[in-house]
Amino acid sequence: MAHRALILSALTMLATATASLAQQQDLPVNSIADGVFVHNGQTAQMTRENDGAIANVGFIIGEDAVAVIDTGGSLREGRQLMAAIRARTGKPIRYVINTHGHPDHVFGNGAFVQDGTTFVGHTNLPRTLAARGKFYLDAFRRTMGDELIDEISIVPPTLFVSGTLNLDLGARALVLRAWPAAHSDCDLTVFDKKTGTLFAGDLVFLAHTPVLDGSIRGWLGAISELGALPAQRVVPGHGPVSEWPAALTDERRYLQTLASDVRGLVTSGKPIAAAATAASSERSRWELFDDFNTRNATAAFSEIEWE
Amino acid sequence: MPGYLLRLFGVAGLLLFAAPLAFAAGANDPWPGLVQDIFSNRPMNDGSDVIAIEMPTRAEDAAIVPVTLRTKLLPGDIRQVLSITLVIDENPAPMAAKFQLGPDAKVSEISTRVRVNNYTDVHAVAELSDGKLYMTKTYVKASGGCSAPAAKNADEAKGRLGQMRYRQFGKAGEGPASGAREAQIMIGHPNNSGLQMDQVTQLYVPAFFVNELRLWQDDNLVLTMEGGISISEDPNIRFTYVSNGAKRFRAEAKDTEGHVFEREWKIDDSGI
Repeated sequence: MAHRALILSALTMLATATASLAQQQDLPVNSIADGVFVHNGQTAQMTRENDGAIANVGFIIGEDAVAVIDTGGSLREGRQLMAAIRARTGKPIRYVINTHGHPDHVFGNGAFVQDGTTFVGHTNLPRTLAARGKFYLDAFRRTMGDELIDEISIVPPTLFVSGTLNLDLGARALVLRAWPAAHSDCDLTVFDKKTGTLFAGDLVFLAHTPVLDGSIRGWLGAISELGALPAQRVVPGHGPVSEWPAALTDERRYLQTLASDVRGLVTSGKPIAAAATAASSERSRWELFDDFNTRNATAAFSEIEWE
Repeated sequence: MPGYLLRLFGVAGLLLFAAPLAFAAGANDPWPGLVQDIFSNRPMNDGSDVIAIEMPTRAEDAAIVPVTLRTKLLPGDIRQVLSITLVIDENPAPMAAKFQLGPDAKVSEISTRVRVNNYTDVHAVAELSDGKLYMTKTYVKASGGCSAPAAKNADEAKGRLGQMRYRQFGKAGEGPASGAREAQIMIGHPNNSGLQMDQVTQLYVPAFFVNELRLWQDDNLVLTMEGGISISEDPNIRFTYVSNGAKRFRAEAKDTEGHVFEREWKIDDSGI
């Protein structure tokens, strides 16, 4: 009987181990450059099924410490990102950097709250999180469900960036840059000098229809400046890691088309309800186009009509 | 607190403290309570022949959802529309706006933009010269993605405070002889909802919005709006009315901090 008890106990241990593995499963990440790891988010809306894991999130390992760049669309994704980091290094996580305030980039923040970790964001990020945090939790409860949403807390930054800020991970300098309103009004980029890797947040979209939640004119201006950065590659907020600055081509064309079409509608006296027709020539080139284009056109209209 | 503020904001305050219950609201139709709060429980008549409300089926951008209100009274009808009240049932401040129509301006269409926080019924209630209320409604699904009923570019919104623009449009199919005109007033204003909490003080930032707008052609009232926080940033009213031959168009807006914004434009009557 001792034999059977042993099997039972082994089975119990196995079950327990599997359960905790499911909880702390590593988020799949790719090493895209020396010490730079990225999880490529699914091109989709945040749902119960995908744990909100739709944005690209990543981390950079220096001699002394680690910086996390965006934490994902749920606490569950944040924990899995933490597990992916711990599977690769035991160094302390010194910084968690949020590229902006959208839920798919900040909902995982709670997984990284501990002594010695500083949350970093655009100087406007606290205002955005204050204005939208509760609304986002309510809104995403509908598509992600109570189980994922209940455990999420909105964690604002305590280190703010306006202009640029250098962070040191030990023989590894990161240059953070805060942008004027573009994709949103709290966009922040992270440049890893050692490998020439630019984490652009949602200032850069590939494949996934760009989402306008700041200023279309500001965004087009930011694209011109971004293109001049001496990066080798970009980690966009959505879409594959890509060559720089070629990665900007599709997004620039989309935004220029949208602005030009909307300007035509405004000039000819069309009402904002007609904005949806703008940029329809771009439909075949993007994923999730019907989820976002009308919204982008509406936002662009409300900006361009003040020109 | 003036009566209209109580109505516009009192409801918001109540719902704010009841926020944890907001999710169950789908099962609990707020409309009967709103009829009591906003319309003193006056009877609601079927308004399908009196007024139309047009909105997209989904709020693509939660902060800017176009809405058009159109009167449907036939030319021979002796009744007049005195006012139209727009109610977004599931918003934190459901009473979005009350429009009063100038007695001689024959306003037949009003378009504006509103914030939509949730899946919601949107009601339009017309008060007619027969003293009765007529109601019609539509349903709007909340937006998806990271769209929020909040400022996209908060600094720019502040920078535009008090700017006013007037624009006239050609009315398709109707020459200037009919007297029908279509025009638009834009007011730069953050129309801040006040629903965000300051994370340091843990207090709600005070609401800051345009609560009153009056439009005249010469000295005749065309349209007034009592507005609430459900009206989008940079309030924008596009409307169709009948010209009395006036040479000037005048707008006056007031906000909750007591600012008064006034401007006057010459009407281009050259043949639109």
